Amino acid sequence: MSNLFNSMIEWIDKRFPLTSNWKAHLSEYYAPKNFNFWYFFGSLALLVLVNQLLTGIFLTMNYKPDASQAFASVEYIMRDVDYGWLIRYMHSTGASMFFVVVYLHMFRGMMYGSYRKPRELLWIIGMAIFFVLMSLAFTGYILPWGQMSYWGAQVIVSMFGAIPVIGDTLQQWLLGDFTLSDAALNRFFAYHVVTLPLILLVLVFVHILALHETGSNNPDGIEIKDNKNPQTGIPVDGIPFHPYYTVKDIVGVVVFLFVFCGIIFFAPEMGGYFLEYNNFIPANTLQTPDHIAPVWYFTPYYSMLRAVTVNFLGIDAKLWGVILMAGSVVIFCFLPWLDRSPVKSIRYKGPLFKTALALFVVSFFVLGWLGTKSPTPMYTLLAQIFTVIYFAFFILMPWYSKIDKTKPEPKRLKE
Amino acid sequence: MKKITIAILILCMAPFSIFAAESGIALERAPVDITDNASLKRGAESFVNYCLTCHGASYMRYNRHRDIGYTNEEILDKLVFTGQKVGDLMESAMRKKEAEEWFGVVPPDLSVIARSRGADWLYTYLKAFYRDDSTATGWNNLVFDRAAMPHVLYQLQGEQKLVVKKTDKGEEKGLSLEKNGELNSSDYDKFVADLVNYLVYLGEPHANARKKLGVEVMIFLLGMLILSYALKKEYWKDIH
Repeated sequence: MSNLFNSMIEWIDKRFPLTSNWKAHLSEYYAPKNFNFWYFFGSLALLVLVNQLLTGIFLTMNYKPDASQAFASVEYIMRDVDYGWLIRYMHSTGASMFFVVVYLHMFRGMMYGSYRKPRELLWIIGMAIFFVLMSLAFTGYILPWGQMSYWGAQVIVSMFGAIPVIGDTLQQWLLGDFTLSDAALNRFFAYHVVTLPLILLVLVFVHILALHETGSNNPDGIEIKDNKNPQTGIPVDGIPFHPYYTVKDIVGVVVFLFVFCGIIFFAPEMGGYFLEYNNFIPANTLQTPDHIAPVWYFTPYYSMLRAVTVNFLGIDAKLWGVILMAGSVVIFCFLPWLDRSPVKSIRYKGPLFKTALALFVVSFFVLGWLGTKSPTPMYTLLAQIFTVIYFAFFILMPWYSKIDKTKPEPKRLKE
Repeated sequence: MKKITIAILILCMAPFSIFAAESGIALERAPVDITDNASLKRGAESFVNYCLTCHGASYMRYNRHRDIGYTNEEILDKLVFTGQKVGDLMESAMRKKEAEEWFGVVPPDLSVIARSRGADWLYTYLKAFYRDDSTATGWNNLVFDRAAMPHVLYQLQGEQKLVVKKTDKGEEKGLSLEKNGELNSSDYDKFVADLVNYLVYLGEPHANARKKLGVEVMIFLLGMLILSYALKKEYWKDIH
């Protein structure tokens, strides 16, 4: 039996680099042995991606991208398709959980300096994945064609209209109509199920290729490749990804599934945060809801969009909002060059960086919370203050990371 | 490091708390129990008698009600009045154009109304109609000011009047029963409770199946957790 298996592998290896790839990316890919809790979220993001792709395929079989049928077709899935409710909840919960794991994955990178040399490209590819993910979430949220789908999309689409000179034309080109209508629903459906998933898959593949070129960072932020066993050439603090991290990640997957399935089966609306109550009202083009709030994962950016209330420097307040909102995401790409600290990991960084990161996290949560509220003068003021703190984290980083009192990095991994 | 982890996990849970009701008066808590088939059946029969004339529930099929204990024959006998088939959608008998002429708006479809409004809102709303000669229908509602819908259930509840009390905090609105209906007030509450219970069921007919399957999945995951953790321990004992 094992002879037959071996000769089959041999047959394949002569025609396709199976064994060599298996070794390069799994059984002889050496990862630092001190990964902690924060290192589960990369593989979990991959799990959620597969979940979205599979459930998405089944949803496509019954969903109708037609402004007059979309809402009803979602309810058809929820009621008449066998286990349609399960597939739909897996997809809608998966969308929110995608952002949960990706936010935690990004925060891990910020804590341990995973964006620093030599992983700048890895980080930027990751940011590209994040942009695509946001586009996927946006185009997907339109599809049920409920009130929040429609009016949320109106807000986003009107942002393009705020761009000077080309704004109006660009907006019409995107919508395929003068207003948000069936034509837009059709093309957003095409983006959501074909264009964006294809781009996402390629980017994820490239992200992993780049990771396996540089090797993983770790909570100590030191390079395990600097300390190799002279005989074998294997990093002394490295362990093969398979089986060690495959079996460890399975535990992470099961724990994650407790949370994921807990939401799917016992709280699929998640108190109105994963599925908004107003989105159970079919889109009505004549009736603007009292209060438009995006889904929770977009609320920090929505707060920044609304934060600017006056025109200044000759630029319209609305355009400032759009610039800040786009800037708040794009600015992450510059992190590798903004951080001037001699050490990578938060374990050896000084009090200035720790304070700055803590303030950044607080501002992200406060902005997120404010984004769910109707604006009042008090809330707008808060949004302005925390927008400043959010950007200060990045803009002041070259200064505070340089003068910060750091601790010396160890030569070997501590754990 | 551990402290940061815990602090972040707590912060993550913070946004998932409330859904504010945006009407003037406090909402009463609806006694919802979608596992109570007897209540759901009473609610379903009230629904087709009182609501379905004007409102549709057009994402729901009649024969779905087998889930709450009806047979196809019972469904045709007790729920279907307009000559439809048992597998048909529960559409309203009223034409949209006529509805708009009569009420100014097309009465909303009620299939998922409990998911957008919430059970407590519906429960309070159906109890909060009062006489108001200044409106087109002669009725108004404390929860939904100038609702286009007249008080369809007034024969059961009777007629209420608006009572405004002046307190030091300002005006406080309340209702008092002026003319008795066919039901006394606790029977009317039960009637509305059954109806709202049914509307919650109607919003998500598979909710019971969902929770039941959920328990099974959790038990399976518990087994998976023990196995996967043991496997990880076994492999990792030679590291460190």
